[in-house]
Amino acid sequence: MEVSENGKSASLRQAFGNVLSFFILLLVGVLAFSIRLFSVIKYESVIHEFDPYFNYRVTQYLTKKGIYEFWNWFDDRSWYPLGRVIGGTVYPGLTLTAGSIWWLLNSLNVPLSVETVCVFTSPIFSANASWATYLLTKEVKGTGAGLTAAALLAMVPSYISRSVAGSYDNEAVAIFALIFTFYLYLKTLNTGSLFYATLNALSYFYMVCSWGGYTFIINLIPMHVLLCIVTGRYSARLYIAYAPFVVLGTLLASLVPVVGFNAVMTSEHFASFLIFIIIHVVAFVYYIKGLLSQKMFNVAVALVVSFGMVVCCAVVSVLVPLVASSPTKGWSGRSLSLLDPTYASKYIPIIDSVSEHQPPTWPSYFMDINVLAFLVPAGIIACFEPLSDASSFVVLYIVTSVYFSGVMVRLMLVLAPAACIMSGIALSEAFNVLTRSVKFQLSGVPEKSQSGDTTSRIAVTQSEVVKTEKQPPIDKTEDTIKERTSKKNKKKEKEHEEKASLKSQIQKRLLVLPLETSIIAILLLVLLGAFYVVHCVWAAAETYSAPSIVLTSYSDDGLQVFDDFREAYAWLRHNTEVDDKVASWWDYGYQTTAMANRTVIVDNNTWNNTHIATVGTAMSSPEKAAWEIFNSLDVKYVLVVFGGFIGYLGDDIDKFLWMVRIGGGVFPHIKESDYLRDDEYRIDSQAPSTMLNCLMYKLSYYRFVETDGKGFDRARETEIGKKYFELNYFEEVFTTHHWMVRIYKLKSLKNRIRGKAKKSKSSSEGSVTTSLKRSGKIKRNPWH
Amino acid sequence: MGFRFNLFLFLIAMLSTPVLSDLILAKVDRRIDLTSQIVRITSVLKVENAGTDVVSEVLFALPEYQSKNLVFMQAFPNGGKGKTKASTTSLPFQVVNPEGMPPALTFYSVSLPKGLSKGESFTFDVFVVFTHSLRPFPEEITQADSQIVLFQDSAYYLSPYEVKVQSLTVTLPSARVESYTKLHNTKHVDSEIKYGPYEKLPPFSYSPIVIHFENNRPFAVAQQLVREIEISHWGNIQVTEHYNLVHGGAQNKGGFSRLDYQVRAHVRGSSSFRHLTAKLPPRARSVYYRDEIGNISTSHLWGDSRKTELEIEPRYPMFGGWRTSFTIGYGLPLKDFLFESGKKRFLNITFGCPIDDVVVNNLIVKVVLPEGSKDISVATPFVVKQSQEVKYSHLDIAGRPVVVLEKTNVVPEHNVHFQVYYKFNTLSLLREPLMLISGFFLLFITCIVYMHADITISKSSPSYLAKLQWDEVQAAIQQFRSSINRCLVVHDKLEASLRDLSRTGDVQSCKAARKAADGSLKELAKELKPLLAFLQSSPQATQLWPKVEELVAKEREMQEKLMLKHSTVVDSYEKKSGVRDIENRIASLQQKLVALRQDVDELLEFLDEI
Repeated sequence: MEVSENGKSASLRQAFGNVLSFFILLLVGVLAFSIRLFSVIKYESVIHEFDPYFNYRVTQYLTKKGIYEFWNWFDDRSWYPLGRVIGGTVYPGLTLTAGSIWWLLNSLNVPLSVETVCVFTSPIFSANASWATYLLTKEVKGTGAGLTAAALLAMVPSYISRSVAGSYDNEAVAIFALIFTFYLYLKTLNTGSLFYATLNALSYFYMVCSWGGYTFIINLIPMHVLLCIVTGRYSARLYIAYAPFVVLGTLLASLVPVVGFNAVMTSEHFASFLIFIIIHVVAFVYYIKGLLSQKMFNVAVALVVSFGMVVCCAVVSVLVPLVASSPTKGWSGRSLSLLDPTYASKYIPIIDSVSEHQPPTWPSYFMDINVLAFLVPAGIIACFEPLSDASSFVVLYIVTSVYFSGVMVRLMLVLAPAACIMSGIALSEAFNVLTRSVKFQLSGVPEKSQSGDTTSRIAVTQSEVVKTEKQPPIDKTEDTIKERTSKKNKKKEKEHEEKASLKSQIQKRLLVLPLETSIIAILLLVLLGAFYVVHCVWAAAETYSAPSIVLTSYSDDGLQVFDDFREAYAWLRHNTEVDDKVASWWDYGYQTTAMANRTVIVDNNTWNNTHIATVGTAMSSPEKAAWEIFNSLDVKYVLVVFGGFIGYLGDDIDKFLWMVRIGGGVFPHIKESDYLRDDEYRIDSQAPSTMLNCLMYKLSYYRFVETDGKGFDRARETEIGKKYFELNYFEEVFTTHHWMVRIYKLKSLKNRIRGKAKKSKSSSEGSVTTSLKRSGKIKRNPWH
Repeated sequence: MGFRFNLFLFLIAMLSTPVLSDLILAKVDRRIDLTSQIVRITSVLKVENAGTDVVSEVLFALPEYQSKNLVFMQAFPNGGKGKTKASTTSLPFQVVNPEGMPPALTFYSVSLPKGLSKGESFTFDVFVVFTHSLRPFPEEITQADSQIVLFQDSAYYLSPYEVKVQSLTVTLPSARVESYTKLHNTKHVDSEIKYGPYEKLPPFSYSPIVIHFENNRPFAVAQQLVREIEISHWGNIQVTEHYNLVHGGAQNKGGFSRLDYQVRAHVRGSSSFRHLTAKLPPRARSVYYRDEIGNISTSHLWGDSRKTELEIEPRYPMFGGWRTSFTIGYGLPLKDFLFESGKKRFLNITFGCPIDDVVVNNLIVKVVLPEGSKDISVATPFVVKQSQEVKYSHLDIAGRPVVVLEKTNVVPEHNVHFQVYYKFNTLSLLREPLMLISGFFLLFITCIVYMHADITISKSSPSYLAKLQWDEVQAAIQQFRSSINRCLVVHDKLEASLRDLSRTGDVQSCKAARKAADGSLKELAKELKPLLAFLQSSPQATQLWPKVEELVAKEREMQEKLMLKHSTVVDSYEKKSGVRDIENRIASLQQKLVALRQDVDELLEFLDEI
């Protein structure tokens, strides 16, 4: 009777625990999803910002035309007249994911629009990511830490900033893929199962499909393998976790068109191949070691090392010139700017000009990961006792991601999961110790009164100390036993965990804190957690939910909505010809193609620096030269964003120096110093005449003075320098309600040069003069 | 130009002049309403039968340039002044092609309620509506200009009958008139131009007039409007309207200056329009207004018990020639629009566009009936093109039948109710919920089956056997543990009896406890035996066996020590030795016991976690 009851209660408790953690996970998923809906509730269900519009457009194309058309898609609506091969230059993971969700729903006759699916893809994948975090952390430190980490990740502001509903960007699915790949790696490492190793390669493939950040994985995992080898933790499990991953992963990665041969040709991937060789050598050495006696082995080592050195030297001497022959040493610009933070500002202004490529400030750490920043060190310490393969991996992960986040604000996103895992571990360990000591103290009090014998207690603790000292060697022998039987024993991995937990339990018994202290500490930790939750909800609701195409402000009259961008795009969409070309700074390229459905010259893809420089040059040239550049590009409309009327920062005037810089980088007649007065960028009467006569200034401030009589720019809080001027080569065709977007049309040729045409007629040979004229134009026109 | 052609036509008409019948028009009063983009002409005709035959039909003529723009026509008897048309039923009419009439004229024959015999007279109204009859001139204007349009008609009533007395009143939107054709008896007062009265004009009298006037009313033309009315028997009718709107007036030229528009909107931009008002049915809910790039934030909604008004503002002010497209959607309570008649149900809802003064070039009304509707029929007050299609939505299997009604040139006058009759079984409502329920049910059933069924392919494979064995071993270990635990409980009892002894000094009860403990320990040992034998023999338990063995040994030792301690204490009590003496004697035993207990606990914990 008692037996069955005992067994029942144990299995009941276990079942109850499983159900409880299932529901906690479900709630974490719901939380992750719903915290990202602020943008839909406060604003509307709409695609956000810039890149998501491109992804949305690609998804629309995919759902309309099907997968094969998608791979072959040559987009003639952007980068006019060059066009862009979309199928071969995008990471298709996100698009395919949303496309298949849409397809699935539609085949079940659930009529959701592509837009709705796109808007809600990122919240769905955030829920997935938090579940993946649970799995990953569970592999490292058990269920409790897993649940805590999942809850933390569900609402970490850094991740929210990239995955609110509508933020339909690669990162939204890539973070899930990243965490899941790491989980599968650790799972393989803990079990030594080839099944998980295969899944790991597939998950890596998904990551490669989704985001350029996959290089982080293909560098981090080899680093961890190297670490394991160096610290003498090589095992068959490590080999199974790594070798199939590299082989399969690389093969699969090269299937993605945008990666292709880069998967074997660029330096980002070399580390993995090097470690691949090393792990084979190590495996071989271990094998030999098993065969030979110690003495023979030493001889063999000496022999092989001396021979190996020679071969290595030979290989290196071949490889180095090969790699060095490429100007970037085989590294892509973005990766180089990661390794050398000053690289971009020195060589590639276009990478530097993107605000998310700047290094973050300290407050942004607090804003993005909040209290996690303080919990991470505790988590690292917790990972070191005991240091397992899995925990060493997460330590490596946090260390590298901290570095990368310090280089680029954007990579804070990679740091966030690591910080959540670490903090989850730290919190769960702390709670473990504290609640255990509370429990121990509460149950210990009556025991004490019963026995009334303190000496025995002391004896108990002493003997425990002795035990724990004895424990490790026993464990080790057990370890080896387990190792040998591992192949047969399916539950081995579980036992592994158990032993770890047993060990930690014994250690924990030593960590008994006084009752009051532990209760206060628990309260403080709960308070810390509450603070984190409040901060996250605030960040999600206030900071990260704005779709940036609709701006709102609260004034005395209540809520004011600035919907100017869409007003302008809608106007372009309906009131211009389908084939008209619209020139604007590249920031607005994706939006123009997606929302206005018009051909643009440059867009956010920034793959052709020269082309962007041409537009930059046009914007910073005087009207006539600009007209010639734009005319040579077939441009019919020029779109500028202007915030001076309502005080919107981040408009084209603010970005203007980048246009000058990028333009000047290719066309040297544009000099940054010409636009500055005493190294100061200004638009008031002190500004240099180059500045006041350039196209951007004119298009922005055309007839602006008539609004208030003074021409007071509210964004820069100064009166503009040149107030009254006419446009000779451009004509205003549309300005939005709050003047945020102004659209100009290029005046047509005929009306302008009638006088000149007459002159050329009067000269003897028309054809010669026109060709001469054209050549004259060429000199002035940097496009040619 | 059309005028010359018309004049020509008029001449032909004059030449032919057949005497059709002996009807004469005693009095004709025409009012032309030009206050919007739609031209509405109301003619009050008094017919008299001058002949002998009984006449029951009256011809109504329209020149070609008007008949091609005719979109709506209605004739109803005029019961006298002040009587509204609603009180009377309209008269039926049809297009006829009487012989000997000029081909450039289109004739409509209006049937009178009863035949007119000699000398009798009858008064009725004819109401006709034209679209696209106002031609902007000039065709392109700048933002600052007003829109000026041309309208042409005849000053005389064009009729195959002789007209005794007639007059014409033209109502204009404003007093500003560029020019108008001046005939005798022409007056221009404020925003009205009056022609007539003219008396005794022969049949087919025609005198072209042209009015060139300012009209800044919105020239909103929906090139296409698709209204989708979806019926859900769960209580909602969802209406979705997709507009493709264009400003049909004079084209805008020379760009658009926001500055001018903002500073002097009524002057600079008078030809444009900003708002449109949609009159939705009462109790309309979840109204939305958006386009393909998201919500349009400029709209207002008012509602009372009789109507809901939605004021929508396109993203930008609409100037001549500018286009836009948007979607309006709203839900309506089912019970307001769906009724039952006999076995059939019918939907009774308005046909046209709810926005004021919009001309719809091509209107498509789609009524989506619930899945499983049968015997569908449609009743419309005017001729429309009908077809059917199927729409799949929300977990449909067979799809929903859709009635598609198409009509070109729709004006607000077409905004009348039409009916769609169909049969629908209410039980079909439960189909989709049941489908979902059974789907989930099946899912859970499969999960349960999967969890419980043994789907191992080979029952003799070593791994499968190993698994079975392992399960057995686990069960054995479980039993083993509980036995040991019970042993420990017995130990605790013995200890407790010793404590009692020290308190009470009752040696007898202590001995009894000892006896009981001995008995139960023996029983437990018996129980343990087969378990241990099994564990020893099982290959799966080889790793565990040392631990188990150790545990058993430790427990034995503990048992022995405890017994020793117990008998020592009891002995000393019987000898009545001092407390300190007893403690000294059992101190070493006590220490060993504690250490053993610790070991046993640890071993148990280890087994516990398997």
